[in-house]
Amino acid sequence: MMWVAPLAVALLLVPVTRREVLLGAWTGLALLEVVLAVVAWTSVGVGYAHEVAVPWIPAFGVGYHLGLDGISAPLVAMTTLVFLAVALYSLRHDPAGDGDTDERRTRGYVLLFLGLEAVSVGVFTALDLVLFFVFFDVSIVLMYFVIAGWGSGARARSALQFFLYTFVGSLVMLLGFLSLAVAVPQITFDIPTLAATNPLADRGVAGMLTLAAIGIGLAIKTPVWPLHTWLPPAHTDAPAGGSAVLAAVLLKMGTYGFVRIALPLLPGPWRGAALVAVVLGVVSVLSGALVALAQRDLKRLVAYTSVNHMGYVLLALGAAGYAAAGSEARVLAVTGATVQMVSHGLVTGALFLLAGTLRERGGTSVIGAWSGLAGPMPRFSWTFAVAAFASLGLPGLSGFVAEFSMLAGSLPAVPVATVLAALGLAITAGLFLRAVQSMLLGDRHLPAAAERPPIRSTGVFRRPVSPDLRVAETTAVGLLLAASLAIGIAPALVTTTIAPAATSVVDLVSR
Amino acid sequence: MTRDLLALAPEALLALGAVLGLAVGTWLPPGREGAVRGIGVVAALAAGVVAVAAPVAGPAFGGTFAVDGATAAVRVIVAGAVVVTLVLAGDPSALGGTPDRASPTSARVDTAFAVLLQLSAVGAMLLGGATDLLLLASAVLLAGLPLAALAGLARDGRSTEAALKYFLSSALFGLLALAGTTLLLGLAGATAYPALAGLTGPAPAVGIVLVLAGLLMTAGAVPAHFWVPDAVDGTSPVTGAVLTTTAKVGALVALWRLALAVPGVPVPLLLAIVAVGSMSLGNLAAFAQTSLRRLLAYSTVSQVGYLLVPVVVARETALALPALLGYLAAYVVTNLAVFAVLAARPQALEIGDQRGLARRHPGLAVALAVGLLGLVGTPPTVVFAGKLAGFTAALDGGWAWLAGVAVLNSIASLFYYLRWIAPVFSAGDPVLRDPVAPRARAVAVVLSAVSLVGTVAAVVS
Repeated sequence: MMWVAPLAVALLLVPVTRREVLLGAWTGLALLEVVLAVVAWTSVGVGYAHEVAVPWIPAFGVGYHLGLDGISAPLVAMTTLVFLAVALYSLRHDPAGDGDTDERRTRGYVLLFLGLEAVSVGVFTALDLVLFFVFFDVSIVLMYFVIAGWGSGARARSALQFFLYTFVGSLVMLLGFLSLAVAVPQITFDIPTLAATNPLADRGVAGMLTLAAIGIGLAIKTPVWPLHTWLPPAHTDAPAGGSAVLAAVLLKMGTYGFVRIALPLLPGPWRGAALVAVVLGVVSVLSGALVALAQRDLKRLVAYTSVNHMGYVLLALGAAGYAAAGSEARVLAVTGATVQMVSHGLVTGALFLLAGTLRERGGTSVIGAWSGLAGPMPRFSWTFAVAAFASLGLPGLSGFVAEFSMLAGSLPAVPVATVLAALGLAITAGLFLRAVQSMLLGDRHLPAAAERPPIRSTGVFRRPVSPDLRVAETTAVGLLLAASLAIGIAPALVTTTIAPAATSVVDLVSR
Repeated sequence: MTRDLLALAPEALLALGAVLGLAVGTWLPPGREGAVRGIGVVAALAAGVVAVAAPVAGPAFGGTFAVDGATAAVRVIVAGAVVVTLVLAGDPSALGGTPDRASPTSARVDTAFAVLLQLSAVGAMLLGGATDLLLLASAVLLAGLPLAALAGLARDGRSTEAALKYFLSSALFGLLALAGTTLLLGLAGATAYPALAGLTGPAPAVGIVLVLAGLLMTAGAVPAHFWVPDAVDGTSPVTGAVLTTTAKVGALVALWRLALAVPGVPVPLLLAIVAVGSMSLGNLAAFAQTSLRRLLAYSTVSQVGYLLVPVVVARETALALPALLGYLAAYVVTNLAVFAVLAARPQALEIGDQRGLARRHPGLAVALAVGLLGLVGTPPTVVFAGKLAGFTAALDGGWAWLAGVAVLNSIASLFYYLRWIAPVFSAGDPVLRDPVAPRARAVAVVLSAVSLVGTVAAVVS
């Protein structure tokens, strides 16, 4: 299936050291994956499409079970698009943007991202708890090497913090999975089977403990306040491509885990703990927004808005646990949460790539170091403005669709929390507008490094003459923003696929 | 009678290989004894093949030895470990000491290594199949004593200390096991496992505890683990690999058999305490180590703790045996891979010597990362599958708290393994010469690849 292709290409590339071949193959594969994802998406209806189920370790009920449904298909498509954007963005003499042109390092970088693409697609298609866990954990290991190997600043420390935090979370989550698997008479890790049997329905405390274990693991990855502290340093010190993938794809593994595992497999405990999810969601929304307001570095700012955006998702999923609220609103909330995952992936991916270009051109992504960019960097300015507006939820872009559906869907269940969360919208709007205003408008002021006359070097990838985005970078960011725009203008593109799956999730959680 | 002898064919083949190797080795000039290792490899491979083919199944020698799936697994794993370590030992200076062309020695170190290794492997295989206390006690000695001699092969101060430590603890705990056997013989009137089934009360418990002590020493578990760090740190990495694999495999399966043999004695609770102690103390002691051999030694102590988890639940769930055997195989592959990385650069055995390894020897660095992350239990390595199986068995058997402790310990172990991985991938200072032993590197890369794809291979089985 789709997740094997990047691995196969990675294996083929192991003996290759020519940069052009490495980057070309990577981009080609990323493009192929996008096409595959779209083709696979078109055949998704009700239930799972492209299902593959083979026993793997039969004695322990572990199976190799993959499939796509309305929730995973859009996420897989978003994932492949983000990886395509990162591949395009990396088409240059130093793919990680750190000035290191050693071709063996380039190979390592490309292989790591191919591996990341494989496991990311794997997580979203896995229908077996062990398989899900395998992909989930390998993504952490690979991302650790991306940050530790190609990051900046205190990268070793940030990478270690990221690794320990998320790895600990994943092991706690594994305990939860095990407790689910042994709760059925014939031990199994199969997600649809477990969803159908609802194993911990009549075991109150065990169910709650299981949900707590799984919830903590997923909440760390999401990240939910107060377990988010690994996120800002990891994002800030990772290379641009790494930040984009981390924010756009890896965070979604947490929220996707809630929709795929926590809600359908533990409906009773989830309904019982819905209030906790709602409260943590609202606190994440507000604290993420407020802390982001105080940030001076663009990457940190975007990192904290990620906490804010993921908070809405948790709020909506918590609201879906209020059985009294009527199923229509709750389906809307779950649909909105899924759209938000896709939208956040597209928009934040674009924002991190843009912040990466700033850091590469001027050596800093501190907001105050840049102003008046509309003149010297028009392409940057346009894309940044669009991405910022998409992130703050301007109608016509995907962020609006997502946030509107989530808030509308949560309102009947938890009115007070929803109103509080809506305040977060105002704060993020304010902080993005402030960033846009101070960076793009005003007097022209660039860091010295970005003003220096660029050195012309011969070679396939010429250094740019202007500090503005190069063609490949514009294409990368443009692709992501175009997708966001498409969802914003025609939400039905995604919602028609998501709604049936969201309905089944809500049905499962209402049992 | 023929049937009984056939049942022991793999052990016999290995013993034959040892005897033949000894005979041939005495005729070869010292230092050029590759043929002895060759004989050993052939004998081990033959033993493995015969074990898989299994001409005879069921009890043999009047019920003192059982040939079943567990025995076959132990035979295959041990034979594989013998082959791997013999290949590792083929590198020059693999067994400690510098090869000095100017002053050749008369010591036939390679012959001694190969022969002792095979004898100890025979002991480990017997341990895995023993269903009689007397056979068990002699197997403990047969598996342990050659290792003591093996530890002293390098003949320098530290290796002598290692050998002495191993020999003393082996003798002490071996005697305890014999004393326990005597006590149980007096109580039950027989030493065969079926005769022990009816024993209950404090006196048999004391006997069982004494026998357990001998097995725990062989496995390197906590109350009897004192030899592990000194023996591994004082010998060459290849010897360290032997000390921490072969005998351990047999001892753990022997523990499993014993736990099932005496339903009236609270062996699981005892083993659970030992397991918790092993993983926790092993991890705590590994934190502060700067010597990689010591770090690995403590890591093997903690691994025994995880390996004991399925043994604890042996009575409650049928998942225990596949979990134990799977984890044993995974542990041996991964542990040998990491020791092979050490053996590839026997001059660099401190954490500080690992800086910049990834730039100089990327293949070795990746093998090391896979091996160490494997020991943590990171998917998709085989130890992950082993741990998963072990924890599942623990939850299924109603020992949820033990699984919880094991998970916490896995998390803690992450810290010291990462302390090793981090410098490997750091920039590092320029080094003029950083030679690598070719066979050890090949073994490390192959084993780490096996550790990665081994989980997939579980589909076939």
